Amino acid sequence: MVMLWTDALIYLLLLTLAALGFYLRGKEHIKRPLQKISSSKVGMVSLVVLLFFVLIGLLDSIHFIPSNSKNNEIISVLDYWATPLREHGEKTYSAPFATTLYSKEMQTLPDGTAQFGYPTLRFGGSHLTDPTTQLLPDLLKKTAYGLFQGASLSSFFMLLLFSLSTKQRERFKRSATAKTVWAVIFFIVSLSYTLVYLSAYYHVLGTDKVGEDVFYQAIKSIRTGLVLGTLTTLIMLPMAIIFGILAGFFRGWVDDVIQYLYTTLNSIPSVLLIAASILMVQVYMAKHEADYTSVIVRADMRLLFLCLILGVTSWTGLCRLLRAETLKLREMEYVQAAQALGVKQSMILLRHILPNVMHIVLISVVLDFSSLVLAEAVLSYINIGVDPTTYSWGNMINGARLEMARDPIVWWSLSAAFVFMFALVLAANLFADVVQDAFDPRRAGND
Amino acid sequence: MIQYILRRCLYALPLLMGVNILTFVLFFIVNSPEDMARMQLGQKHVTTAAIQNWKQQHGYDLPLLWNDTQDSAKKLTETIFYQKSVGLFLLDFGVSDSGRDMSTDIKQRMWPSLALALPSLILGLTVNICVALMMVLFRNTYLELGSMVLCVMLMSISSLFYIIGGQFYIGKLLKLVPISGYASGVDAFKFMVLPVIIGVVSGIGSGARWYRTLFLEEAEKDYVRTARAKGLSETQVLFKHVLKNAMIPILTGVVVVLPLLFMGSLIMESFFSIPGLGSYTIDAINSQDFAIVRAMVFLGSLLYVVGLLLTDISYTLVDPRVRLV
Amino acid sequence: MTLFMMSSILSMPIKRLRVLLLLVALLTACDLTPLNNPHPPEDSAGSVLYSSFSERPKHLDPAVAYSSNEYTFIGQIYEPPLQYHYLKRPYELIPLTTTKMPSVVYRDNKGNPLPDNATTADIAFTDYILDIKPGIQFQPHPALAKDANGAYLYHHLSAAQLDELLTITDFKSTGSRELTAEDYVYQIKRLANPKIQSPIAGVMQPYIVGFDALAKQLTAAPQTDLKTVNMSGVKALSRYQYQITINGKYPQFRFWLAMQFFAPMPWEADVFYAQPGLKAKNISLDWFPIGTGPYRLTENNPNRQMVLLKNPLFHGETYPDSGTPEDKASGLLNDAGKALPFIDKVVYTLEKETIPYWNKFLQGYYDASGIASDSFDQAIQFAGNGQAQLTPAMQAQGMRLQTEVQTSSFYMGFNMLDNVVGGNSEAARKLRQALSIAIDYEEYIAIFTNGRGISAQGVLPPGIYGNQTGQAGMNPYVYDWVNNAYQRKSLSVAKQLMTEAGYANGIDPATHESLILYFDSTSVSTEDRPMLNWYRKQFEKLGIKLVIRATDYNRFQQKMRDGNAQIFVWGWNADYPDPENFFFLLYGPNGKVKSAGENAANYHNPEFDRLFEQMRNMDDGEARMHLIQQLQEQVRQDAPWIFGFHPKSFALFHSWYHNSNANLMANNRLKYLRIDTAERDAKRQAWNHPNFWPLLVGLVLLVLLVIPAIIAYRRRAAATLQEVQQRS
Repeated sequence: MVMLWTDALIYLLLLTLAALGFYLRGKEHIKRPLQKISSSKVGMVSLVVLLFFVLIGLLDSIHFIPSNSKNNEIISVLDYWATPLREHGEKTYSAPFATTLYSKEMQTLPDGTAQFGYPTLRFGGSHLTDPTTQLLPDLLKKTAYGLFQGASLSSFFMLLLFSLSTKQRERFKRSATAKTVWAVIFFIVSLSYTLVYLSAYYHVLGTDKVGEDVFYQAIKSIRTGLVLGTLTTLIMLPMAIIFGILAGFFRGWVDDVIQYLYTTLNSIPSVLLIAASILMVQVYMAKHEADYTSVIVRADMRLLFLCLILGVTSWTGLCRLLRAETLKLREMEYVQAAQALGVKQSMILLRHILPNVMHIVLISVVLDFSSLVLAEAVLSYINIGVDPTTYSWGNMINGARLEMARDPIVWWSLSAAFVFMFALVLAANLFADVVQDAFDPRRAGND
Repeated sequence: MIQYILRRCLYALPLLMGVNILTFVLFFIVNSPEDMARMQLGQKHVTTAAIQNWKQQHGYDLPLLWNDTQDSAKKLTETIFYQKSVGLFLLDFGVSDSGRDMSTDIKQRMWPSLALALPSLILGLTVNICVALMMVLFRNTYLELGSMVLCVMLMSISSLFYIIGGQFYIGKLLKLVPISGYASGVDAFKFMVLPVIIGVVSGIGSGARWYRTLFLEEAEKDYVRTARAKGLSETQVLFKHVLKNAMIPILTGVVVVLPLLFMGSLIMESFFSIPGLGSYTIDAINSQDFAIVRAMVFLGSLLYVVGLLLTDISYTLVDPRVRLV
Repeated sequence: MTLFMMSSILSMPIKRLRVLLLLVALLTACDLTPLNNPHPPEDSAGSVLYSSFSERPKHLDPAVAYSSNEYTFIGQIYEPPLQYHYLKRPYELIPLTTTKMPSVVYRDNKGNPLPDNATTADIAFTDYILDIKPGIQFQPHPALAKDANGAYLYHHLSAAQLDELLTITDFKSTGSRELTAEDYVYQIKRLANPKIQSPIAGVMQPYIVGFDALAKQLTAAPQTDLKTVNMSGVKALSRYQYQITINGKYPQFRFWLAMQFFAPMPWEADVFYAQPGLKAKNISLDWFPIGTGPYRLTENNPNRQMVLLKNPLFHGETYPDSGTPEDKASGLLNDAGKALPFIDKVVYTLEKETIPYWNKFLQGYYDASGIASDSFDQAIQFAGNGQAQLTPAMQAQGMRLQTEVQTSSFYMGFNMLDNVVGGNSEAARKLRQALSIAIDYEEYIAIFTNGRGISAQGVLPPGIYGNQTGQAGMNPYVYDWVNNAYQRKSLSVAKQLMTEAGYANGIDPATHESLILYFDSTSVSTEDRPMLNWYRKQFEKLGIKLVIRATDYNRFQQKMRDGNAQIFVWGWNADYPDPENFFFLLYGPNGKVKSAGENAANYHNPEFDRLFEQMRNMDDGEARMHLIQQLQEQVRQDAPWIFGFHPKSFALFHSWYHNSNANLMANNRLKYLRIDTAERDAKRQAWNHPNFWPLLVGLVLLVLLVIPAIIAYRRRAAATLQEVQQRS
């Protein structure tokens, strides 16, 4: 088992979340909004989709060096599972479900004559003896088979779960929301099972310029997107919360200093700050290249730095909100009373202020997530995003720009990145909407 | 009023100083002037004499922060930090690492940026407000639900897709506008159409949603209910009351970004090869021209501070109840 | 305003709305001239060529410029004494500004003339005497402007004058004067000036007599006026004649005389541009050249475009009337004897991305284009015999294709100072040979260059004296001769070599793990990732783990200078068509680490060096050919390079683009080109009909979507109104 820096932080994040969940368990002011979320169809469906992405991301965050590897390559559990996908590289572009390359080539036939035509793929559809006639029936057959297997698998587990559940959980599976959620889970599991099943025989989303499977790339990109979206928040939260609350609570010179700090940071165009920092990281790594020989370690370092820098540039907004909220809270009677009673200030902050600003933190975390995932693509385009060797949707889009100029165009890389990114961001946006509705006290009234 | 503005300007000084120190530390802590010289001279055979020559030409032949070889005050002034900072504060940006005078370039490149950013802002604002008003107007119909779903979907698409798609479809397939490029004067129009449209479309999702909440908030207020009860039609209510009152937060929100329009849009400009400050910055980042990046960071911060000031002033202008003290 | 329009549309009767929509539809359906023309319409009148630049040229000073994007411009502006014949092959030097080819006089160490057949050992000095044509004028330029009394107008600019200036065209008057031999001498002195930092100063210093002395003198007194000092080996003999004295014999010097480094420079230019205040306006010799060539740079805005205009004072030249037999057939001699240049104006627009450029080329807005790897399939297909030809779509547009193997080599070099891959030990040599076989450059060419290139068999690319074809030119350490063609040796041979080298199955005996090698690369962008992966796969074939150390170009250079690199990829583009220009890349004393020379592999083999020294100054002939083959054999065996490939350039032209010839040595090709503007205008019209209908469809759909809502709204409003009325 190998622990990369981002892996460690992800585990830390999970621990934090678990601790937070434990801490907030049974708290009344949290319970009500949670119930509201759980009764929203859109919210629950998008949560399921998000969790599905998170699951893939987590699988991709457990790294190890396989025992049979002779070149000390670090791979993740996901890589291990997708070994056939990783190793079934073709020579160059091939369309989704194709059995030949996308462009013609000079090839030597067995009888020694040269012919200009589409070479057959090494792996995609190689089990077919006569691709032209067999492809479609085989495809349909395999899809149906995969769907059937996936469906029966998920139904089996669902039935198992249902039969185990007790009476009091009845509501849990009978309500309209629950039905939708079960349907979505059923759909996702069946679909992904089918895709996985098919990907053993075909390149489901085609291959890229050097023949790497696009489906694999798109899946690997999930982790990058999630890491950026979540770790950035992990880094920015302590700063935003501490500074925001302190500024609002103590006012005076503390407030002045903190305000100065965030106005200064805010006034720097964030892209430029990111660019400058990434340039510096590059220079630093170039100077200390001995420490960064492994491609994956190097890429991971850069990803971490990117999270750090994004965190530094994005804490100011939340800090400002928290400061305003704390200013309001400290005038509240119960805070005043606590102060009059001589409760220690740190106690007041911890007991009375912090829990009462948590909803703002939660809303902003969910809202920021999608914009961070989107930002990654743009940053990659300017070459100040993740390392070029990291799989990410931004890198895929960036590479796909050239593919759009081909004729006939190579559309699958761009489409794959689009679909996956869109699914994640859409789910995140919808979920954010629901969370905002549930937690925003101003909105609490109008439903 | 004047006194207030003066005070705010003075307040801006430590802010800009902070930005300056931050960027200075960021750029010089890992990267020495020596490295910079190598980087710029890099292509061919570089001798120490050439590096010395380059450093002297670009004003990097001084100590960073403290000059021991000079007398009293000059210990501070004869340093890279002091010399470069003074230049920035006087808006004399000096020579870029690649050897061109930056002030001239920035002056020249400001206008294409503005030519793209200003129409995008105005058109975007109009379209967003229109869409938001429509949504409010058709509250509780299939149209509102549809537009809300559409907005979330539009929001979930990366801006890169809009640009790549737009260029491909409108420029290449339909041949309606040049694919990329720029011309000065009136000729710029045909080059600006596509980027402006893309800029507007990619902003609709979040923009319209944001204005919708503003309008809805306003529409729930008592005076609006009264107006409606008076028998004003829904359109009249919307345009006469809701829009008018919601304009205040909208306009003050716009004022803050006005000065930043000069900075241009990084992505849009480099995709459409518009020679503005955005592509200037991107080029500088790609060629590691730190002098330009530093100047642009400073300029950006300066414009942001100006924007803050303008916002404060505009508050007093639109809402007489706000007094500046 | 739009808002109120919307409210009025909302309350407008449906009938009127329909009329309005119809009107919009009519307006947009009108046929217009190409909407997508990126060039200003007034340009279409004259003979204007459209081209692009992707990166602004850093230097346009002929003493400093050394890269191809700079030569694109200064090749048309500055004129060295000699040039390459545009059509003849093999490449032939002909006079450009001189009346005849320079006369060469060999002298012994006492200064006495020697006969032409003197041996190299006897020759201590060589004199080149050049006679330039009288009557050649410099382009109009403010630096040469004089007032009525003959005093220079702009050599002492006042602050007020400076304030009015924005660019160089703001000077009201310009002047010119005749080109003299002194101007050539002045430029050679500039090459020696350490302040100017000419990249060839190091190359010229041992050859030109007095070069070093002048450089030292100028270092000691940097403020000296170059006009007043002398270089002992270079002097003007008369107004139109000058002489360059070379140490020993250096036949390649004639090629240097065709490069821009030896173009004339009026001293006025230095005086003019040295004035304080001009630099701050970006007016310098690096931006605004002053030459005698067919074109002059009138606009240099690196942020947008650069414009070359015909030089009104050009001395005149005619299109060549002889060439290869194929040239006659392909119509390259149709313009023989006509006055050059043909094109009035060239507009270079900044295009950083290949896609927009390619698309505009297809629309007819650029006249010529290379082929990016991603648009290759669209443009080129291979015929049955493996010959590249245009696709039917391209042929329909009337395009033409021109291919030429370039006089460049791309190779993968080993740092010979490295203790794993380098050194002269048998094991290291076998490792290098094994890698030479394993790294399949034929596949590289197929994947990354779409087959545009030929795999290299040795140091010399085709077209350079000494390159051999067929079996004689094969690298026997990597290839076999099978079926009259080269065939890469099988991987088992490479594995056998690995075992012999002590790395059986790629296992490093020291660590008992895979051998780790380091590839130092400058590729950091996403687009290069596939290529890096490919390299990794090639090394994996032998069980070697390749670690890629990617840094920016400058760090990479630094590593190379310090000898910290292990494996790298580098290329070399011929300066002049002579084998010496390639073999010197492996000459020991040129070592990168030792003497900061061009020998990046730091290869040092005494036998090679001895043969090279012999071959270097020989005239072409049987003996030289023999030596070259010996050199090739030595390098193939030692394998300090994996000979990669020689790229093949593919260029596409529209049918209206004439007289293009792939002359790889000449960089003043622009003057020979001709375009047929009438044909261009007609084709552009035909290719760029705008399509409006999808927009209209979209608009109609939108309206259809909104109309029911409006109807519903109006019904509701009416209902509310009624309700209110009823209540009151």
